[in-house]
Amino acid sequence: MIETRPPAEVPARAEALPGAAIDEARASSVAKLRVFRGEPGTPSRYDEFDVPVEEGMVVLDALHWIQGNGAPDLAVRWNCKAAKCGSCGAEVNGRPSLTCKTRLSDFDLDEPITVEPMRTFPLVRDLVTDVSWNYEVNRSIEPFSPPADVPQSDWRWQQEDIERVQEFRKCIECFLCQDVCHVLRNHETERPFMGPRFLVRAAGLEMHPIDQADRRPYLKDVGGVGYCNITKCCTEVCPEHIKITDNAIIPLKERVADEFYDPIQWAWRKLRGRSDSAPDRRSLPVLQAGRQAEPSIEPTPERLARAVGEDSPVAEPMHAAAPTTSTPAAEPTPAAERTDAGKVAKAARATAGPRAKRARRRPDTGDETPSEG
Amino acid sequence: MVGGKLLNNARMAELHAREAPDRVRELEAWGAVFDRTRDGRILQRPFGGHSHPRLAHVGDRTGLEMIRTLQDRAVAAGVDVFMECTITRLITGADGVVGAFGYWRTTGGPVVFPAKTVVLATGGIGKAYTVTSNSWEYSGDGHALAYSVGADLIDMEFVQFHPTGMVWPPGVRGLLVTEAVRGEGGILRNKDGERFMSRYLPEDRRGEYASTDEEAARWVTAQSEGRVTDARRPPELSTRDNVSRAIYTEVREGRGSPHGGVFLDISYLPPEHVRRKLPSMYDQFKELADVDITTGPMEVGPTTHYVMGGVRVDAETGASTVPGLYAAGEVAGGMHGANRLGGNSLSDLLVFGQRTGAAAAAAATSVAGWKKAPYLDPVQVRDAGRELSAPLEQGSGEDPYALQRDLQDVMQRLVGIFRVEADLQEATSELSRLKARWPAVGVRGGRTFNPGWNLVFELRNLLVVSEAITRSALQRTESRGAHSRIDHPETDQAGWGGRNSVVRRRPDGSMEVTTTALPEMSDELRLLLGGAH
Repeated sequence: MIETRPPAEVPARAEALPGAAIDEARASSVAKLRVFRGEPGTPSRYDEFDVPVEEGMVVLDALHWIQGNGAPDLAVRWNCKAAKCGSCGAEVNGRPSLTCKTRLSDFDLDEPITVEPMRTFPLVRDLVTDVSWNYEVNRSIEPFSPPADVPQSDWRWQQEDIERVQEFRKCIECFLCQDVCHVLRNHETERPFMGPRFLVRAAGLEMHPIDQADRRPYLKDVGGVGYCNITKCCTEVCPEHIKITDNAIIPLKERVADEFYDPIQWAWRKLRGRSDSAPDRRSLPVLQAGRQAEPSIEPTPERLARAVGEDSPVAEPMHAAAPTTSTPAAEPTPAAERTDAGKVAKAARATAGPRAKRARRRPDTGDETPSEG
Repeated sequence: MVGGKLLNNARMAELHAREAPDRVRELEAWGAVFDRTRDGRILQRPFGGHSHPRLAHVGDRTGLEMIRTLQDRAVAAGVDVFMECTITRLITGADGVVGAFGYWRTTGGPVVFPAKTVVLATGGIGKAYTVTSNSWEYSGDGHALAYSVGADLIDMEFVQFHPTGMVWPPGVRGLLVTEAVRGEGGILRNKDGERFMSRYLPEDRRGEYASTDEEAARWVTAQSEGRVTDARRPPELSTRDNVSRAIYTEVREGRGSPHGGVFLDISYLPPEHVRRKLPSMYDQFKELADVDITTGPMEVGPTTHYVMGGVRVDAETGASTVPGLYAAGEVAGGMHGANRLGGNSLSDLLVFGQRTGAAAAAAATSVAGWKKAPYLDPVQVRDAGRELSAPLEQGSGEDPYALQRDLQDVMQRLVGIFRVEADLQEATSELSRLKARWPAVGVRGGRTFNPGWNLVFELRNLLVVSEAITRSALQRTESRGAHSRIDHPETDQAGWGGRNSVVRRRPDGSMEVTTTALPEMSDELRLLLGGAH
């Protein structure tokens, strides 16, 4: 009834189609990779590796080769290897890039290729940074707010009405735009700035055909849309080719300007008696400084404190969810053996290990492969 | 049910069909922005094996739209998310699963989660193969965790090889080329330019497919305009198992493309249409392979994509055969039978994610004193801690990356699209040799974000699922859906039609492989299926 079709002549053994591993015999040349190594509290360094190069190879392939041939502990965050999950962002020869789509053939292989972690975010280890600040910022944005009085069965909009919103929703949250943004990178403002990624997100909500919320006071007073001075570096590095500055940030700036700096709007607001100052959401969290501009081997008091875990509050869920224990590395979970969750949590609070607060992360969904079914 | 070759859990298929539309509307209410029809409604299209255009979509990035929408919803709802936390053990009590043990990847610190119910949502097993479309995290963790506490796994022999992965350049071999390319009209040709798929259509379904290129072209035009048409769908939209076998056979018989695939062509459509409907594919080929898909064909070949088998669950609740343990999505078995249709994974996640989450929450809060955390056996927690640290304390030893390469090579070579007894026998003995190497694996470096260390536990899990796949494949002496036995090419409806394979862990730690009768089908469904059943 259900037909299957084996190969024409039936062999005793099936035959596999070729695999994907780098075939060193096929390799045409060698690339020298200079890779940042280190973690907070220890001296950092650059390790050099000679990597055989095959046609079409990308920087992430080279990093994987390094892991499998000499540095199995090289820390790299990656997932899909198809420029869709946004987790493998790093700085390649100083340029914020997805390592999975940065081809080795784009470089002069006579020179070493330097790979470093994103500089704007705190270092975890090697090429991995702590991007959890971004998820905190995301929480402060008022979510999608459809009209309460229109049943969903009556929602209608045209494809051309959502092309712009769909452009913004292509964002894969690699945070390269946040990394390159000099306002964030150099911590040059007094108040926090939400950065290009979240201006894109806010624009996607503001321009949704039926969204009812008004995020302009938030954008002005909390998000700091005014801090952007339109250098377009974010657009430049966006792997999804979203026209961040032209299509998201400038229209948002115009909307904010119309609302708050237009004399007619101002008079109208006075007449209506509407407040124009109160931010509708809480303030943004402060972004910790990232890695030092140059690797330093000087053990500062701050680094030493971090190394022994003195400044580390404990992992603690936001709400009354699963208690987490995080104990110093060598002796796993003695606290857990008490088996009572309340005591476990309390004990953990007393004996937290280094940087346990990273346990408290916001939803990251960039770690998935958004394949089509 | 027909696409799954009648091996599906009929109740799951029914729930999926009934509830998927509500889940799509729910996403839209949470802010998802689906492509629209001309009159402003959600535009739908078909994938392979679909008899109706039923996939709500966003170009070729529907999955990303789902992720972003659910992320925003979780943020707005204040859901706790513990990122980059690897679970290495489930903790059991007298009444089943009572918690989980793992570690934070960013610190290396261990963690326990006491929990009255645990839902597995760990996805698939693609990492067992060299060529896969899956990310590195698809290491069968949930399958192996469930197995380790005695839960049944079913249908593990059914691994879906997606027909269209990239084949060139070598670094991207296996990357997914979405079925949307064929859904939008992509044509498969061999090196002689022949549109070969019509030769491979199963005879009993041939009537559903266009008989001429002209008819197929009319269907493509009508689809892209959201119009109803009397034209039948192109032969490229046969089911994935069938298209994969066809491509494999074309390549094996010497009609493949230069890099060991076949050609997939969408360049006959207007470039702006291709770029709008397939933007990710356009970028992917342009940037990774120097191919402009609006002007020339892609080279594609089969890639490990999905496992139909998984934890045996109750259709209504997602409960496994062990109390307190639930599973949803790819890690759960039954929904897709012997072959999954395109698009059905995303809707499976939504339908059964919702059902399982609700059932697990209800179960957790249904007992008196539920706010008190369950008792965790200190011996199990201590042992899990020792197991976690062992590879680091071992330091030098068996290299986990070498073990991974060897495991993937065995599965890719011996347990692929076409299987035969001699290969499967060899694979089982190879796997037991690999299993014997595992305890000696040692890892250099510290506890902070150490990928080699993490790999050790993925390997332990992959060894379990690889054995389950191989031994289930050996047991099923017929060909059905994604499982093709060269030595048993016929579908044996009388002998195997009503049976699911079952894998479970014996108390002594060895693997038991057996079968069970399919769950009963409702009369309504039996009537609907009519002649097919």
